Amino acid sequence: MKIAICVKQVPDSWAEKKMVSGRLDRESVDAVLNDLDEYAIEEALRIVEPLNEGKETAEHTITLISMGPERATEAIRKGLSMGADSGILVTDVALQGSDAVSTAKVLAKTIESGGFDLVFCGTESTDARMSVVPAMLAEILGWAQLTFAGSVKVDISANQVEIARMTDSGVENMSAKFPCVVSVIEKINEPRYPSFKGIMAAKKKPIENKTLGDLGLASSDLSAWSEVVDSQPRPPREKGLKLEDSGEGGAKLADYLLEKRLV
Amino acid sequence: MTKNLVLIDHDGNKVAKSAAELATFAKRAGNAIGLLLANSGSGDSLAAQLNGTEFERVLIVENDEINRHGIAAATAAIAQIIEKEGAESIFIASSARGKEIAGRLAVRLKSGIITDAVDVASDLSTTQSVFGGSFSVKAKLKTPLSIITVRPSSIEPVISTSNPTIEKVTVAIDAKDKLVEISASQPPVKGGRPDLTEAKIVISGGRGTNGNFAEVEAFADLVGGAVGASRAATDAGWYPHTHQVGQTGKTVSPQLYVACGISGAIQHRAGMQTSKTIVAINKDPEAPIFDLADFGVVGDLFAVLPQAREAIKSKRS
Ligand SMILES: Cc1cc2nc3c(=O)[nH]c(=O)nc-3n(C[C@H](O)[C@H](O)[C@H](O)COP(=O)(O)OP(=O)(O)OC[C@H]3O[C@@H](n4cnc5c(N)ncnc54)[C@H](O)[C@@H]3O)c2cc1C
Ligand SMILES: Nc1ncnc2c1ncn2[C@@H]1O[C@H](COP(=O)(O)O)[C@@H](O)[C@H]1O
Repeated sequence: MKIAICVKQVPDSWAEKKMVSGRLDRESVDAVLNDLDEYAIEEALRIVEPLNEGKETAEHTITLISMGPERATEAIRKGLSMGADSGILVTDVALQGSDAVSTAKVLAKTIESGGFDLVFCGTESTDARMSVVPAMLAEILGWAQLTFAGSVKVDISANQVEIARMTDSGVENMSAKFPCVVSVIEKINEPRYPSFKGIMAAKKKPIENKTLGDLGLASSDLSAWSEVVDSQPRPPREKGLKLEDSGEGGAKLADYLLEKRLV
Repeated sequence: MTKNLVLIDHDGNKVAKSAAELATFAKRAGNAIGLLLANSGSGDSLAAQLNGTEFERVLIVENDEINRHGIAAATAAIAQIIEKEGAESIFIASSARGKEIAGRLAVRLKSGIITDAVDVASDLSTTQSVFGGSFSVKAKLKTPLSIITVRPSSIEPVISTSNPTIEKVTVAIDAKDKLVEISASQPPVKGGRPDLTEAKIVISGGRGTNGNFAEVEAFADLVGGAVGASRAATDAGWYPHTHQVGQTGKTVSPQLYVACGISGAIQHRAGMQTSKTIVAINKDPEAPIFDLADFGVVGDLFAVLPQAREAIKSKRS
């Protein structure tokens, strides 16, 4: 079984963000591996590790796929240090500022060229926050979509995956045959910290660099269907009132809420 | 006139409040046509709940395969209706399901997509609030079809005196959109309280409740609010995950948000910082939630909430 995991490098959630001509200024902030993708890596490792146990060469492998600038290598390296086997990074000037559909197209092409059975994703990138790429991948690839998984069971003898989809509309149990796109929610596991040995091993693991041309795509295949007309920083919130409760905090809170006609 | 479709969100019995809101946005841009995907036999009673909204027509697709095969099957049905109607836009409420359907539609119909709009103008240009509300972005799609998901509670719906006409339509779902088999589903547990994304007031509890949500719930009930929770509280099993507010939970933007025993981690803020008024109750004067709060009480939530409740009750009577 060959598993691909789509991982994205994102600006650190805590960093203050700037926008330059309608786009996030990625240069000015620290970049990290999207933390929601760590859950996908952890889950795939938990599926593959018992299957590979005792085997000389791993029969079941995990490849991390990312689309992003050269420095996204660092995010891939982090995932490799957790235990994934190899990485593919797609970098191209034509991809700067590409929309979700283009991102999904590029990732899908990369997946198609690799002969994978399963794709794992996080449910959301913490910068774009669209939660659409996994569904788009399933649509482009024509694979089964098993997304927002709170649990995953892979049966390799039956080529079948079963998940419990957990969203705000409740829980749904669903299954499909390989190949599938799976995205996992953050309740599914606790991602491991890379060990020292893992970090050392990751330095020797292969990361393949690809361009659009290597994937047989041209910049004309990419979509730019939306246009940012304007972007404005929101005025900062006005400094509020803060009081120490010395016995009448609740009453003062009630006064505030009633006075402002909030309740 | 622009022809605008609205995907009507419902739980099988009840139409979501977002339907009337999206009708109002659609009407702003031209015609408002509702689309109901329902199980056989349940379309009419759902459609009846749309009387008094701004929909001119409501199309009902009764097809049990959609619920059995999930997002891909729903996408297939909607794509067929969009093409048949020659619609120029489709509005969908932002939720995990809504955004995934929108994403697949964008690929299938080669159309631009905007997610999580908080406002849509008559020319279909949108406003989004990004990076946790620190930026407001105006965008427009350049394709003949605009796919737009809109956050619930972004507009006060307009009430109409006329009722929509109802039409039944059929769709065909191909095998390629039936790869997933859904064997069981449990809807979220709903108490008598308003839905989180629909509520004007949200009272949330975090690790500081220490597992006791009674005071949070009592306050919510007094003011007619919904109950939210931080991830610390849902992970501990103190409250259902469907009530989680934040990056990986719901995004809410109520008139009033009261955070009780919540520190204000960035992932929590991501789901609530566009609330109009924010109140925080926390023992720790250094808790980052106070940076956002319009009104903060440094104190024990188990003392502050009951006192506030009693004070509101006595001033009201
Ligand atoms: C990938 C990822 C996704 C995440 N998504 C989310 C998300 O969607 N939503 C979310 O909320 N979090 C999310 N988190 C978790 C987030 O980082 C925080 O861990 C979480 O929000 C903390 O919850 P809390 O504020 O309830 O707990 P804590 O941070 O432990 O804060 C508890 C607070 O309660 C106060 N307190 C204690 N007792 C009392 C009392 N009696 N009265 C008053 N105050 C009291 C304390 O002073 C403290 O400030 C996510 C994290 C990750 C890594
Ligand atoms: N540029 C990218 N490279 C690799 N994976 C990505 C990229 N963008 C999105 N993804 C994957 O898609 C998921 C959802 O992202 P999004 O739809 O952008 O919120 C992420 O958690 C990743 O698994």
